[in-house]
Amino acid sequence: MAKRERPIKGAPTARDFKGDVNPDWCPGCGDFSVLSALQNAYAKLGRGNHDHLTVSGIGCSSNLPGYVRTYGMHTLHGRALAVATGAKFANHELNVVVTGGDGDGYGIGGNHFIHTMRKNIDLLYIVMNNETYGLTVGQASPTTVVGEQTKSTPFGNLESPLNPVAMAIVSGATYVARAFSSERAQLSELMYNGMQHKGFAFIDVISPCVTWKKEKMKIFDYWKERVHLLEDHDTSDRAAALAQAVKTGHETQLGLFYHDTSRQSLDQMEPVLENGPIAHQPLGISKEQGDAIIQRMM
Amino acid sequence: MAKYDFVIAVGGAPGQGIETAGKSISQICARYGLNVFTYTAYQSLIRGGHSFLTIRISSEPVANHGDKIDLIIALDANSVEKHLPHVSPGGALIYNSDDVKQEPERDDIQLCPISYKELTNDPDRKKIMLNVCASSVALQLVGIDLGVLEDIIVLSLLKRKGQAIVDANIAAARASYDYAAEHFTPFDVQFEKQDPPLAFGSGNMLMAMGGASAGVKFYAAYPMSPSTGILHWMAPNARDLGIIVRQCEDEISVINMVIGAAHTGARAMCATSGGGFALMSEAIGSAGMMEIPIVVVNVQRGGPSTGLPTKTEQGDLWQVLGASQGDFPKIIVSPTSIMDGFNTIPELFNLVDKFQCPGMVLTDLSLAEGHTTFVPDSIDWQPEIDRGELIAEQGQADGEYLRYQITDSGISPRAIPGTPGHMHVVATDDHDEDGGLISDEFTNPHKRRDIMEKRQRKMEGIVELLPPPTLEGPEDAEVTLIGWGSTHGVIGEAAQLLTEAGIATNHIHFKWLYPMDEDAVNAVLSKSAHAIIVECNYTGQFARFLRGETGFKADGQIRKYDGEPFMPHHVVDGARELLTGTDKTDLYVPYQEIVV
Repeated sequence: MAKRERPIKGAPTARDFKGDVNPDWCPGCGDFSVLSALQNAYAKLGRGNHDHLTVSGIGCSSNLPGYVRTYGMHTLHGRALAVATGAKFANHELNVVVTGGDGDGYGIGGNHFIHTMRKNIDLLYIVMNNETYGLTVGQASPTTVVGEQTKSTPFGNLESPLNPVAMAIVSGATYVARAFSSERAQLSELMYNGMQHKGFAFIDVISPCVTWKKEKMKIFDYWKERVHLLEDHDTSDRAAALAQAVKTGHETQLGLFYHDTSRQSLDQMEPVLENGPIAHQPLGISKEQGDAIIQRMM
Repeated sequence: MAKYDFVIAVGGAPGQGIETAGKSISQICARYGLNVFTYTAYQSLIRGGHSFLTIRISSEPVANHGDKIDLIIALDANSVEKHLPHVSPGGALIYNSDDVKQEPERDDIQLCPISYKELTNDPDRKKIMLNVCASSVALQLVGIDLGVLEDIIVLSLLKRKGQAIVDANIAAARASYDYAAEHFTPFDVQFEKQDPPLAFGSGNMLMAMGGASAGVKFYAAYPMSPSTGILHWMAPNARDLGIIVRQCEDEISVINMVIGAAHTGARAMCATSGGGFALMSEAIGSAGMMEIPIVVVNVQRGGPSTGLPTKTEQGDLWQVLGASQGDFPKIIVSPTSIMDGFNTIPELFNLVDKFQCPGMVLTDLSLAEGHTTFVPDSIDWQPEIDRGELIAEQGQADGEYLRYQITDSGISPRAIPGTPGHMHVVATDDHDEDGGLISDEFTNPHKRRDIMEKRQRKMEGIVELLPPPTLEGPEDAEVTLIGWGSTHGVIGEAAQLLTEAGIATNHIHFKWLYPMDEDAVNAVLSKSAHAIIVECNYTGQFARFLRGETGFKADGQIRKYDGEPFMPHHVVDGARELLTGTDKTDLYVPYQEIVV
């Protein structure tokens, strides 16, 4: 969608990052809070609208780029991280944020999820995890719990859900958090810090679906009872982070699990980018460079 | 100056230095200013198995590996057994008599046994490769001064292995060269130096170089034979040339990264073979939908499925034509020679930038892994670069910008992320002029029709810029050979051979495959005589495509699908058979004589 860039007077506010289109999400959807937290985080970063690129895949939550006043790419199902990686390499001065859902990121995009974390590219990846395929009207997703009845598991889900936070910690992400859409202040703070982090920042956001879950609006109460803030935890300790992430039981911990500031991001390690974004470099090669290549072929 | 056309082949097991021997001989000839074309028949193995490298050397330009073999270097006993029948009468066979107990039986060729043990002081074969001895003998037989080989030994071994190894190899080379002078009869053909000295490279290298000259700044790949040569050129040259090169987890990631980089303003390219291309299909459509210019190279190998990883075929035409769901503008081009591969990449980048669509290069193993010599000055390192209607400068902060503005040409000026005043979302859902989705919520048949017609109008502009094929050879001919892509050299030579044999033959060759200008192509096809389509696949993919686009039906077809590329006589024999043969078929499938 075209988004007229309104001059920002003074410090930007969340309003400056509001898009022209109203979200088409179901009333009560957790994604509204995620969107608003993201607009806050963008504003807090203090850069112009055009300095951000919001990239998504396909699914309910992947419609998000249309609702923020930044550049956006609404790519194929599951491929947002790959597209965002290419965009980041082309212009590493952009703040590139990837948004999507659990089916998009952990299911069809699972391979990219693992490898983008391994490569530690400087992106913020926000997954609105609602444990269902919403836009295809409610099938089991990779995070649907065992026993849950959905349209594709009418007799109860037999498969175990994957653990995105644990996966992120072992796969090489250098900033790993879990948040809950209703805890908007914490979520926005995690997003802002994730944008500031040089490397792959990942936030698994519990963002309940009020349409395809049996509990409907009561699902918020279900989650409110379960979530706890992660306390007395050393975020620089990878083993401790993993131990927290694989904890099973009734409690779901929220907060920053792991933060590694020692590793450089892939784009920081790339010498070609020392001259500035490749998108702005002159094209082609010099005759001298060409002659040197030919010399090696003789 | 004498004209000559001479073929040396090297056979052996992978790991025996066939490639090294082949490269040295080719490089020596290139330095002599001789024209070379090589083809390697090999298997998908790292050790063991058997490889056979054919090096055609000529005083004139050559564009295929030819019909005959004058001299075979057999590096193992298996190669002697396998390839003894392939030496042309009057030719020669060099082999290691240490390994071959029984003398090969051919009285119409010269047998050149050499004893590795006697020629070297290296019973364990640790320091000296047999190929050095054998190559030295070959050079002596064709009259090339040994000094050029010595230079190449120094160049290739000194850094890696040190002076002692270099000295041992040079001593062995000299002993072998002298032994040959004493015991064997040189060929009547003696190579003479020509000016200028030539450079030597593969189709993959030249396509990669073409990418660099076109301004490729982002290259991504997943290793896949026979396209990996492009990655292997890009990776070591990346830092010098300012190119980001990434190896990805799969081809889906490859193409989506390329799309992200291209959208953000970099010229971006990737290459793969048929299987990887299949994985890329969905994203190719997304580049069409989001109107992002990308270049994808498909180096075909034998299919279907994993198929023949190390063999050639032109079997992906329909895959590439049909890649991805729905209709969208795209360009498909098939380079006609190794050197054309260099030029095709910048040509295609200018087109895809202008028309904001995916461009696909359809080539195959025979060109991509084939090597050729070329005149160094023939390389244009600074081709014209036209980025089309690209908005990358500072924009108007309050400007109203429509990314997919409806225009007569179908081309909408393209802003890249980071540009002030042009913010928009590009989407794989269909969208209206300003990028708003018209799929999920507001499906609107009129908007859909408008935007579909806008995109497809670009095809009218593309087709105007793609040159139709030309008729090569005599206008007044008995036979017209029709081909596409990599077979230009071999079909051209076959047409010449047929004409010399009294069957006047001309040649129509297609480089730009899609979109096709029906009238322009029919104007050329209308000049054809008895038309025979020559292609390297089972079902006659191009013949069907051409018929669909133009209504043209050929009189006969020559198809090869055994994995090995055409040799000129395969086409010549096919044309004769289809023209005069008593067999009432319109299809000829050549028999592959050399089996590796």
